[in-house]
Amino acid sequence: MLTAPVLNYSLLAPILVVLGGALLGVLVEAFLNKAIRPTAQLAIALGTLVLSFAQIIRVRDLTSLTAAVNSVTIDGAGVFIQGTILVLAFMAVLLIADQDNFAAQASAVPGSEEERSAIATGKIQTEIFPLTLFAVAGMMLFPLASDLITLFVALEVLSLPLYLMAGLSRRRRLLSQEAALKYFLLGAYSSAFFLFGAAFLYGFSGSLSLNGIAAAITGGQGNDVFLLIGVAFLSVGLLFKVGAVPFHSWTPDVYQGAPTPITAFMAACTKVAAFGATLRIFYVGLSAAQWEWKPIITAVAILTMAVGAIAAIAQRDVKRALAFSSIAHAGFLLTGVLALNKSGLSASLFYLVAYGFTTIGAFGIVTLVRDSAGEVTDLNRWVGLGKKSPFIAGMFVLFLLSFAGIPLTSGFIGKFSLFNAAYETGNITVVVVGVLASAVAAFFYLRIVVMLFFTEPTNDSVTVVIPSIMTRFAITFCALVTIVLGVYPSLLLNTTQTFASFLK
Amino acid sequence: MSIVTTLELLPLLGALLLAVIPKQNALLAKRVALATSVVVLAVAGLMAYRFDNSNPAMQFVESRKWIASFGVNYAVGIDGIALVLILMSAFLVPVVILAGWHESENGKWSAKTFYILILTLETMMIGVFAATDVFLFYVIFEAMLIPVYFLIGGYGRGERAAAAMKFLLYSLFGGLLMLAAIIGIYVIAGNQIGHTFDIAQLSTLHIDSWTQDFLFLGFFIAFAIKAPLWPFHTWLPTAAKSATPGTSILLLGVLDKVGTYGMIRFCLTLFPQASKTFTPIIIVLALISILYGAFLAIGQREINGLIAFTSISHFGFITLGIFAMTSQGLSGATLYMVNHGFSTGALFLAAGWMVSRRGSSKIEDFGGLQRVTPILAWTFFLAGMSALALPGLSSFVSEFLVLVGTFTRYPVAAIIGTTGIVLAALYVLIVVQKSLHGPTTEGNESLKDLNLREKIAVAPVIAILVIFGFFPKPLLDAINPASQQVMSHAGVTDPAPKAGK
Repeated sequence: MLTAPVLNYSLLAPILVVLGGALLGVLVEAFLNKAIRPTAQLAIALGTLVLSFAQIIRVRDLTSLTAAVNSVTIDGAGVFIQGTILVLAFMAVLLIADQDNFAAQASAVPGSEEERSAIATGKIQTEIFPLTLFAVAGMMLFPLASDLITLFVALEVLSLPLYLMAGLSRRRRLLSQEAALKYFLLGAYSSAFFLFGAAFLYGFSGSLSLNGIAAAITGGQGNDVFLLIGVAFLSVGLLFKVGAVPFHSWTPDVYQGAPTPITAFMAACTKVAAFGATLRIFYVGLSAAQWEWKPIITAVAILTMAVGAIAAIAQRDVKRALAFSSIAHAGFLLTGVLALNKSGLSASLFYLVAYGFTTIGAFGIVTLVRDSAGEVTDLNRWVGLGKKSPFIAGMFVLFLLSFAGIPLTSGFIGKFSLFNAAYETGNITVVVVGVLASAVAAFFYLRIVVMLFFTEPTNDSVTVVIPSIMTRFAITFCALVTIVLGVYPSLLLNTTQTFASFLK
Repeated sequence: MSIVTTLELLPLLGALLLAVIPKQNALLAKRVALATSVVVLAVAGLMAYRFDNSNPAMQFVESRKWIASFGVNYAVGIDGIALVLILMSAFLVPVVILAGWHESENGKWSAKTFYILILTLETMMIGVFAATDVFLFYVIFEAMLIPVYFLIGGYGRGERAAAAMKFLLYSLFGGLLMLAAIIGIYVIAGNQIGHTFDIAQLSTLHIDSWTQDFLFLGFFIAFAIKAPLWPFHTWLPTAAKSATPGTSILLLGVLDKVGTYGMIRFCLTLFPQASKTFTPIIIVLALISILYGAFLAIGQREINGLIAFTSISHFGFITLGIFAMTSQGLSGATLYMVNHGFSTGALFLAAGWMVSRRGSSKIEDFGGLQRVTPILAWTFFLAGMSALALPGLSSFVSEFLVLVGTFTRYPVAAIIGTTGIVLAALYVLIVVQKSLHGPTTEGNESLKDLNLREKIAVAPVIAILVIFGFFPKPLLDAINPASQQVMSHAGVTDPAPKAGK
């Protein structure tokens, strides 16, 4: 006999609100007048995020293993990550609201008559907002999911809208579409790997839930070969999403091709969600088997830090360069996964917040540097920007210094707490590689500072456009967070320590 | 609030004040900056007056929670060693501002920005010597690179961007190694006595010798790059050639002292065992620095490069004094840090004026300045004599103390070090002879001598060189209890004097 599943709507409210907002957005697309759609969609998107955040505040102290029939766990770390995603998504939506960045009509062939007329009539693809909300809903489910099927569903819900959004760039559309296709194909592969790993883990433990797998590992009854294959393939899927070496090759292309606000959204929110899920899977499900996977993940972390930092130096395009820097940061974050203790989790949470805001701020500034043909991402043409607009260039330098982990920025505190957690577990190799990679990465960030401030501007048409009020708010807010968390990190550290726990 | 905190906040207040005055009014910016730095000097003087020499413990301590979850405190306090270094810093800043009145005008940015950077740097210079919390020290140690970076890159000469980059990368690299070591000692503290960054508490830890060696190296390499010691020195000549004279004075006079100061405060205090293990190697490096710096100084054709290499030689002496592990050696090294700040300051001032008047920094372009610009020439001469440690000038006392302190434990090292004095005479006298004496080189006939502002700026520095040359007691009275404290903590006693025949 079938019994109806019991859902705890109150605890799931943060996710449900976002899904509801997304559906409302779809209805608006269908029924509302074109002229007021952009405003309405923006209001719905921002309103949904705020409402959902209010729900997060409401459920912040609650925990539950059974909110949705054992497949969703509400706990401190999960709720914290959800809140982080919402705030970062709010900032990203403010950047996205600058509709100038998106294709007028996504279905029109690039360079066609149809495209020209779409631009001339001022068409706008407002679908971007509901798509964003769908992605956010997936991102919020991903770190809470505690069985493999729900994890997979959440992964797909967050990925599919992103594949689409990556292809919506207004300028250089072929590049953008290529990026979207590449992202989609590689993403599909990685999903397949994830599913394959999930199947083996089920074969090993006879259970889909993380707790069941953990129990099977401790019990020692299962077939260890299945466990190893399962962990390996599951990791491939996750490492792809976080952009770890050697599964990183999509990152620079997609970051470069996608419209910059979407890149900001992906770089910040996807990474937070993917690391949230990765942390839960390894801390809750696989920690008992740590001797099997730790050496491999350690190697991946070291490779990721090194390759990200070194490859960034050779980049000539600011978006590609930031992509490689995000790869290096994924490596730093993996040291938090390896730590497997409370301080590692707390440090990871802090780092994700710090990194997320810095990333959105940095990409926000990239959207402002333009010539007559749109955004200029060629670093050689950013030369001397400090002279043309010292304030914006100064903010960009602030974000770079935070990426580099210079004291008095949030990035330093994040790095310090992560390395501290790694050292506590005796993983000194990772710490040493981490500081060396930071030194290499610093060279790359400083090179950009030199270009901005110490090189004479060429007689070029590159200008910094006056940002819209929303973009301005987003960038300023991110800069403030970067400084405040650097100077007085206790504001957030106390919170991350309170929330840093997974319910098993 | 401790007077140390007041001292740290004052320059920052000045910088804030500068931030609101209009960019065009460069003169006002200069006056505000000068006035601020003079007030800071006065408060520093008051602090020295209230400092109790008979008390070897940290004084004017203040501790507030900063990052509670890591156990990080804003903790400051000074002993005699920190006191004299803070005094020197507070003294040099107004000199730099007054002497380089026009330095800020050829930069990429406004004069206002220049002085904001200088005053921010002054806050950090005071803070870095006063910090008694390792985390706080590290934050300031790294953060102070940023203003210097912009001072060199934005207001320097020649290949300034490259020089600034080289400086920053070297320092950052060292700093990151130190960060790894700081995390290490922090974790060990967490296992033994609870999470803390307090130096006094950290120095009570029991660390096994293998770990101690590695942590020591993390700190020491960072400081050796900063100081700079051979073979970590290559950034210094490039930076000194590109920076403005004022920046060079702050860089070599104060910032590099953070390296040698760190060796005393952290290497000796936190890792006494490892310090002893590495002493032979470090003494060899120090001797190489002394001789290498001196030989390269002799071969320099560029006046700023010459000063940079003499400094490398002098930092060799300072390091030798620190790792001689005697209280005379340590007192001598500390005094040397102060004196080197003033003598190098005077040298850079005189050299800067020569270079800006002549429009060239090549030594061969000068000659016969004695006749054309007597006061400038005398200034350069006196500064040079101080650099070669002529008796009667302050550097002599410190060099003597370092060598005596070293001799009691490492006679061979002291003897080799003494040859550095001979070489110093060589490199100073050669440049003095070439640039000040002989026939006036073509193009130098109409150079102007020092004006009143420049005289006022350099006079106190020269006065200090002479006064502390004859009467170093006030400085030594402050330094000695602190250096005995450091030595006794490190578990070293001075070797008993051997009875003569």
